[in-house]
Amino acid sequence: MSATTLTRRPRGRLGDRLLHAYTWLIIVWLSSPIAVMILFGFNDKKSKSNTSWQGFTLRWYQELFDISDLTTALRNSLTVAVASTLITVVIGTMLGLALGRHTFRGRGVTNFLVFAAISTPELVMGASLLSLFVSANLPRDALTIIIAHVLFSLSFVTVTVRARVITLDPSLEEAARDLGASAWGTFRQVTLPAVLPGVLSGGMLAFALSIDDYVVTSFVNGSTVTFPLWIIGSVKTGIPPQVNVMGTLIFGIGVLIAVANAVAARRRRT
Amino acid sequence: MKRLTPYLLALPSWMWLAVFLVVPMAAMASVSLQTGNAIDGFAMTFSFSNYADALGRYSTQLVRSLWYGGLATVAMLVIGYPVAYWIAFKGGSRKSVYLFMLLLPFFVSFVLRTISWGFLLADDGVLFGTLKGWGLLPADFHVLATTVAVVGGLTYNFLPFMILPIYVALERVDPRVVEAAYDLYASRTAAFRRVVLPLSLPGVFAGVLMTFVPATADPVNAQVLGGTGNTMIGNIIQTEYLTNLNYPTASALSFTLMAVLLIGIFIYARALGTENVLEAAAR
Repeated sequence: MSATTLTRRPRGRLGDRLLHAYTWLIIVWLSSPIAVMILFGFNDKKSKSNTSWQGFTLRWYQELFDISDLTTALRNSLTVAVASTLITVVIGTMLGLALGRHTFRGRGVTNFLVFAAISTPELVMGASLLSLFVSANLPRDALTIIIAHVLFSLSFVTVTVRARVITLDPSLEEAARDLGASAWGTFRQVTLPAVLPGVLSGGMLAFALSIDDYVVTSFVNGSTVTFPLWIIGSVKTGIPPQVNVMGTLIFGIGVLIAVANAVAARRRRT
Repeated sequence: MKRLTPYLLALPSWMWLAVFLVVPMAAMASVSLQTGNAIDGFAMTFSFSNYADALGRYSTQLVRSLWYGGLATVAMLVIGYPVAYWIAFKGGSRKSVYLFMLLLPFFVSFVLRTISWGFLLADDGVLFGTLKGWGLLPADFHVLATTVAVVGGLTYNFLPFMILPIYVALERVDPRVVEAAYDLYASRTAAFRRVVLPLSLPGVFAGVLMTFVPATADPVNAQVLGGTGNTMIGNIIQTEYLTNLNYPTASALSFTLMAVLLIGIFIYARALGTENVLEAAAR
């Protein structure tokens, strides 16, 4: 008996343990810059550069908003993220519903465009938008940034909502109509609650993509500066610790939301 | 009304995609054939020589970008595959915890992540500064501003996009199929090579696409971690567009980059076999 077991499961233990350790090594490697970012937000630096550890301080948390350009950049990023997420969620959900629920002419072309918008390199997307804005003599400001951010998040919201709509049983909506609900009433009370998780996760993705974007924004920003643009702009002169603190806070809030979302999803399932 | 519904639902997105995705490509094609300057304006002259000029001046950076992107992609595949494999087959009930840990870096902005790498790798930073202080490294040792730093940064930044699709493909492999291979006296290596690996190829295909294209076109890593000898095509396109206001050259370069990437994807798809491509696209 032992002979067969041995041939059927040839040496596994050691290899598995090595792979387990290796997986953790990669996780540590991926997380190490985060640790550095958080740590240097507490660095009591005296010199201009913030690369060597000089003692612990909470000073940068107290002086978080002391660099007015940086604060403006963060506020611009948040404004753009909120505005572009709202637009994307509305029009992306509509398109997701159309693609997931209806057959119509031009469906193939639409799917292709959605795919093209995801797979176009950011650099090319930014460059082509700038070509349009230059050709049309359109000034670049927060508005053009919002336009660009809606463009690159649209497909992600559409795809998430479409995936959710496909799993939805159409007989639920028919039942609502049979019971005398209007088209709008059916949508609001049956369809929307059912696809809401897809809409929400699409919206969170759109927000995250927007607040993180540097490449596309760098082409269409004009003189409006966002958080990532400000950071890149100050690489040469040295990144102030306030940037680390803001990064740490955004990281903390993001992780909290993600964990809360996962817990809520688990609770819904059980 | 009922028949109009899908069109009304799709209309706003159609307009957005048409005006801000399709028209800009046409605008870029047009600008790439114009001549002029930022002060007097540009005029359409159908100067296809713009492409020859742009390539003549920047072929080094274009080739370097493809080389760096390719190196980083191979590194990601080699580094990422075992991780995806272990989580898919041995992760058990903690799979989602491992995946969450892998995605943790995405809660920090891309730019900030790359800069933190710069911190870590700085000549007198926490890592090398300390090692130099202990006399373990020569004083002139440096990684920043080298090919290693840029390719390493690209590998670091896009690695999860390689791991996830491979994980998804491996997760779908029915354990009973592997079990059957063992029952038929396949060794562990043979079972992997002839059963698991072929079944994971669509994931590898998707992973390579999701990492090679953005890595090749990325300007951030070369700017933050590289030196003057590591400039990539993304940096050139940004400078030509935003600093030099040389729109025709920049547009021609962007189009060339896109064409090269598309041709690359096509050749790669043919080499792997159309079936795998269709399968990967369908997922």
